[in-house]
Amino acid sequence: MKRNLFISLRLTLVMLVLLAVIYPLIIAAAGYFTSNKGNGKQVIVNGKVVGYELIGQRFTDDKYFQGRPSAVDYHADGSAGSNKGPSNPDYLKTVSERIDSFIVHNKTIERKDIPAELVTASGSGLDPHISPSSAFVQVPRIASVRNLSEEKLKQLIQAHTEHGLLSPEKINVLQLNIALDDLK
Amino acid sequence: MNEQITGIILIFLSAILLAYPLGKYFAGVFSGTGISSIMLPLEGLIYKISGIDPAKEMDWKSFLKAMLTINMLWFIYAFFMLIFQGYLPFNPDGNAGQSPDLAFNTAISFLVNCDLQHYSGESGVTYLTQIFVLCFLQFVSAATGIAALVAVFKALKEKTTSTLGNFWVLFTRAITRILLPISIITAILLAYNGTPSGFEGKDTITTLQGDSVSVSRGPVAAMVAIKHLGTNGGGWFGTNSAHPFENPNYFTAAIELIAQMIIPIAMIFALGFYLGKRKLSMVIFGVMTTGLLLLLIPTIVSELNGNPAIEKLGIAQPSGAMEGKEVRFGSGLSAYWSIVTTIISTGSVNSMHDSSMPLSGLMQLLGMMVNAFYGGCGVGILNYFIYIIIAVFISGLMVGRTPEFMGHKVEAREIKIVALVTLLSSILIKGFTAYAAFLVTHDPDNGWVVPPSLWLNNPGAHGFTEILYEFTSANANNGSGFEGLGDNNFFWNITTGISLLLGRFLPIIAPVAIAGLLAKKKYIPESPGTLRVDSVTFGAMTFGIILIINALSFFPALALGPLTEYFSLDLK
Amino acid sequence: MKSNQTRIFNKSHLKWAMKQSLVKLNPATMMRNPVMFTVQIGTLIMFFVVVYTFLSDHHDQGSVWYNLSVFLILFATLLFANFAEAIAEARGKAQADTLRKTRKDTTAKKVVAIGEIYADEIKEMPSSLLQIGDRFICVAGDIIPMDGEIIKGIATIDESAITGESAPVIRESGGDKSSVTGGTKVLSDRIVVQVTTEPGQTFLDKMIALVEGANRQKTPNEIALTILLAAFTLLFLIVCVTLKPFADYAQTPITIAAFISLFVCLIPTTIGGLLSAIGIAGMDRALRANIIAKSGKAVETAGDVDVLLLDKTGTITIGNRKATKFHPAPGVSISTLVNAAALSSVADDTPEGKSIIELSGISLSATELKDPVFISFTAQTRTSGIDIDGKRIRKGAFDTICKLAQHAGNTVPDQTKKEVEEIATNGGTPLLVSENEKIIGVVEMQDIIKPGIRERFQRLHRMGVKTVMVTGDNPLTAKYIANAAGVDDFIAEAKPEDKMNYIRREQAEGKLVAMMGDGTNDAPALAQADVGVAMNSGTQAAKEAGNMVDLDNDPTKLIEIVEIGKQLLITRGTLTTFSIANDVAKYFAIVPALFISSIPALQALNIMKLESPASAILSAVIFNAIIIPLLIPLALKGVQYKPIGASALLRRNLLLFGMGGVIVPFIGIKLIDMLLSVIM
Repeated sequence: MKRNLFISLRLTLVMLVLLAVIYPLIIAAAGYFTSNKGNGKQVIVNGKVVGYELIGQRFTDDKYFQGRPSAVDYHADGSAGSNKGPSNPDYLKTVSERIDSFIVHNKTIERKDIPAELVTASGSGLDPHISPSSAFVQVPRIASVRNLSEEKLKQLIQAHTEHGLLSPEKINVLQLNIALDDLK
Repeated sequence: MNEQITGIILIFLSAILLAYPLGKYFAGVFSGTGISSIMLPLEGLIYKISGIDPAKEMDWKSFLKAMLTINMLWFIYAFFMLIFQGYLPFNPDGNAGQSPDLAFNTAISFLVNCDLQHYSGESGVTYLTQIFVLCFLQFVSAATGIAALVAVFKALKEKTTSTLGNFWVLFTRAITRILLPISIITAILLAYNGTPSGFEGKDTITTLQGDSVSVSRGPVAAMVAIKHLGTNGGGWFGTNSAHPFENPNYFTAAIELIAQMIIPIAMIFALGFYLGKRKLSMVIFGVMTTGLLLLLIPTIVSELNGNPAIEKLGIAQPSGAMEGKEVRFGSGLSAYWSIVTTIISTGSVNSMHDSSMPLSGLMQLLGMMVNAFYGGCGVGILNYFIYIIIAVFISGLMVGRTPEFMGHKVEAREIKIVALVTLLSSILIKGFTAYAAFLVTHDPDNGWVVPPSLWLNNPGAHGFTEILYEFTSANANNGSGFEGLGDNNFFWNITTGISLLLGRFLPIIAPVAIAGLLAKKKYIPESPGTLRVDSVTFGAMTFGIILIINALSFFPALALGPLTEYFSLDLK
Repeated sequence: MKSNQTRIFNKSHLKWAMKQSLVKLNPATMMRNPVMFTVQIGTLIMFFVVVYTFLSDHHDQGSVWYNLSVFLILFATLLFANFAEAIAEARGKAQADTLRKTRKDTTAKKVVAIGEIYADEIKEMPSSLLQIGDRFICVAGDIIPMDGEIIKGIATIDESAITGESAPVIRESGGDKSSVTGGTKVLSDRIVVQVTTEPGQTFLDKMIALVEGANRQKTPNEIALTILLAAFTLLFLIVCVTLKPFADYAQTPITIAAFISLFVCLIPTTIGGLLSAIGIAGMDRALRANIIAKSGKAVETAGDVDVLLLDKTGTITIGNRKATKFHPAPGVSISTLVNAAALSSVADDTPEGKSIIELSGISLSATELKDPVFISFTAQTRTSGIDIDGKRIRKGAFDTICKLAQHAGNTVPDQTKKEVEEIATNGGTPLLVSENEKIIGVVEMQDIIKPGIRERFQRLHRMGVKTVMVTGDNPLTAKYIANAAGVDDFIAEAKPEDKMNYIRREQAEGKLVAMMGDGTNDAPALAQADVGVAMNSGTQAAKEAGNMVDLDNDPTKLIEIVEIGKQLLITRGTLTTFSIANDVAKYFAIVPALFISSIPALQALNIMKLESPASAILSAVIFNAIIIPLLIPLALKGVQYKPIGASALLRRNLLLFGMGGVIVPFIGIKLIDMLLSVIM
């Protein structure tokens, strides 16, 4: 017992050095050569950091493409999903309200064309992406707010659609909106 | 839709293709042959500093004593570090120390390879405790599981032996030759795909729309690698691998999925190589894969089909049920992930299981209840071993011999141990679930800090599933959760803490003890009348035992939870 | 004992068993069986519930008749399980009664001893007063009062009281057929017997205890299985206890009757109720094969046997060798050889000797010869023969006679050598004949292999049992017979210690060895073997050493014993599987019934479409109860063993009892429900 304890203590110390000092340092050193020295890729507009590429942002303004509902309202010092069960009546009421609200803001859109992801919260609450169909469904609203042709917006969406080999097609909302701001 | 399925198949196949050679490599690692011996100088140094005599063989009792001693030490270390983390350095975000009950829960949770997290990584821990406690424990707990399994391998390999190898050596080798090298590769791959690896604290930015937002960061990549490789599952951030920093894209999701699958699967192949019984490992692999498929297919179907209740709201669900899921993964991959992480005891999530479809929830629960379809690092096969012993006992009788497993008679003592382990998980899961359900029903407004009436995030059957899921996850050392549950309070921290401890160590002690007892018995050579454990028939028998024991044990609970929700969702 | 073999039950057994099922309700007895004991507790609780519903106006526990039905069905379940055990014991019990009649005190004619000297005086005394070492005399018509060894005389004895075999047997002093059993009857002649056992410890006493199962102990495997079943019982206890808060959460009231029904249905009552019956029936099957197993463990072990040691003579070949041909040496006429061979065998009453005379066709009698000097076989000379008319005729094994001839300066003809070799390779035994130390020819002796024995060995081979023939023959002959009979291995020129060494060697490799033996010099090997079967005709020492006694003295019995052992284990395994597999259907009957009223959605789980919650629960418990008596015949007869290889056998039994166990209750419960809905 005593001997085991003795070995345990020393082995723990050795392993701490190996696993908690050397290992993270190796990874940090390797990551140092990635963008922002391994501290997360930033999105810079006019020399100003406006966000992190991977961290979704809140867009409530009608002139922007909106991302998905977020349980943490896109406060990225935390993260959470709604954790609502699929049969929860309160939850279904919330979704229903989101649909109504969406229709209020997007008058030309029919209910059946609204993709569910626009009215359901993401897992992290920081989902930076939407699917192309979720972008297209917002085109009429943005076109009318910004006085842009729908065609141009659709082209913009297509240009920003990321096609992975296997991954679902997706659009980074922040990048899309930056491009949208640039669109004159 | 088709793409999603193709992606799943490709990821699964890649994991197997990698696991097979890895299994061969593992067998070499533990028999002390092969290229991994280049680590000998490093290990020699570790043994020298620690005062370990690597040549000393241990019997099963001293093996377990060594294992339990160092685990106890780690618990004490982790507990105090978490409590005092607020006063310790390397805390750029200025997070406070954990309450004793939370520290108790967190320390145990990471010690036992579960990583149930009742805190959020962004605010509940510091960079120091993330790396020096949690990430450290993720390595050593995985290595503990592997070492225990290899001890069982050793017992099965010898005809008659009283020694199972040296715990310190097996443990050290698991780290130096398996976990550390693969973690480094995985972490670097993640870092180059956008996962932060630097040490800078929270960044405050002004968004495009003009909001001021803080963004949590840190050396995430290092932890995410070992969290999957060691089937731990405890993430850097609150939402685990759903968080875009922890899991930036489809490719990283594939890496993380493969990382959590390869060691458990490779261990199955390693068993075949190490014991020279490749057919046995193929049968085990076959049974486990069948289990995976049976749980996976309904899950994928129900997630891709979307939520019937939302369907009724009249909107489109082209990408399936998206509540709690990320667009970059889609519902198909998330469904796959939710099953992999529950059968393998990782417990990392890329979607919120609380919002899964009822049928998916059912499958996730079953995956954890069985806890041996691949299973956790090392411990998966240990759990499977228990099922094998029951199967051997009953089917041995059915072929007209007193039961024997790989040349050793299975008798009352072994059955007693098996019975104990089987009963334990049943008591822990159902007992605590019953207790919590009782409090919610009969004492909802007691004077606790968080009264039971506020525990559940969802009403009715789904709320019940939240309770059941939490205790199942704790007992299975899985760590995923129906996270809507208000679990960071005294009741949950202590009850799940107890569940975690017992759910970890008894299922490790039991198989090692059984293997040790069996190995000491006289060896009986195989004859044509001997039941062959590497036959497909025996595989089917084992599968039947797994199914029956879990189904019978949990059917009423599952009927009141996910099944009720499933059928009522259909009715609405 | 051989009577009643065809029927499992008879009337008197049934009556006795029914009475016993009530007697066995004693909780102290029930406690030995944890599964059924919990059912008893459940039944007791139901009794109070019935009383409560009868007295109270509340209907929260359901109607009186419903609770009463559940109570009665549970009570029936208990009785059925007890009945299963009792009916299995019944035959043994009847057997014991018969034996007890035989044991009644008889009068012994004790030879009075004065110090070390036995006088001629005889004193009559009750047999119960005989001590070890005492001598008594029995003459025709006497019942032998005590177990013992004949020290003087020869007698025919009727052992039917013990073996059920009416043909008398011969017992004589010296050799391996000297033991007599108390309770048997001397039919002719007079013998002096020395007592070898203490009163109360006789073979008959032991047999009574064994067949009655008085000190029946659970075998190791039975203990392990009981633990597993107890674990299952606890598992379901947890299921049922925790269901209460679960149901409260779901706001579903569940009656006590429903809880207890669920519990009783889930715990493995089928195997729990039949387990001890299976064990007793296994011993009983051995008993019906006229084998007395000294413990259940011995029967169980028989199922595991890997190696079977069988004596050639009597098991593989019929009786003894027979002379089949005379081969005269070159220059010797056949009649000279025949004559010499016949002469040498005149005084040889071994079956071999007799067969030589028979083949020679010469009828001689010792009295007709002039001054014959018979040379009988001794261990030193290893030859036998006759000195007559100045001729020294000897016969014996090849090497002995050769030595004899060479010693006298005569050569061994090459042709004879060739013939000897030929005979041996063909499985025969050559016997050389010499006249005045000159070899005059060879007598060929042949073994006759029992018809059908080859098939039996093939069956054993498929069972994975290695058969080993033990013979005193030379290796060449042994090999031929081994091949012809299809045994896997043989021990040639076997001495008693060879058997022992062979057993030890196999055991060192971890194998289980069974053997049969009768002689005193077999005793160590019988004790060493994992399953040692002593012949009843054998010596006391052999019977003490073995763990089974074969009353028929049939050497092929070992094969049956192995199958009985396997059957016993298979029956246990298959019924356990069946019992547990049954639970699936019972769940689908009871769980929806429990919750349908408050959670209509769960109606979807009522896949059997049972009429009402009450009928569903009753159907499940009724099925659970009646399956026990329905399976009693199977438990008693045993599930058949098929030597088709372990994996194939497992597959077969899994399909039959695993899948069957899932499907049968679905059908059974549905049928009962349909019946109930008509009645209700």
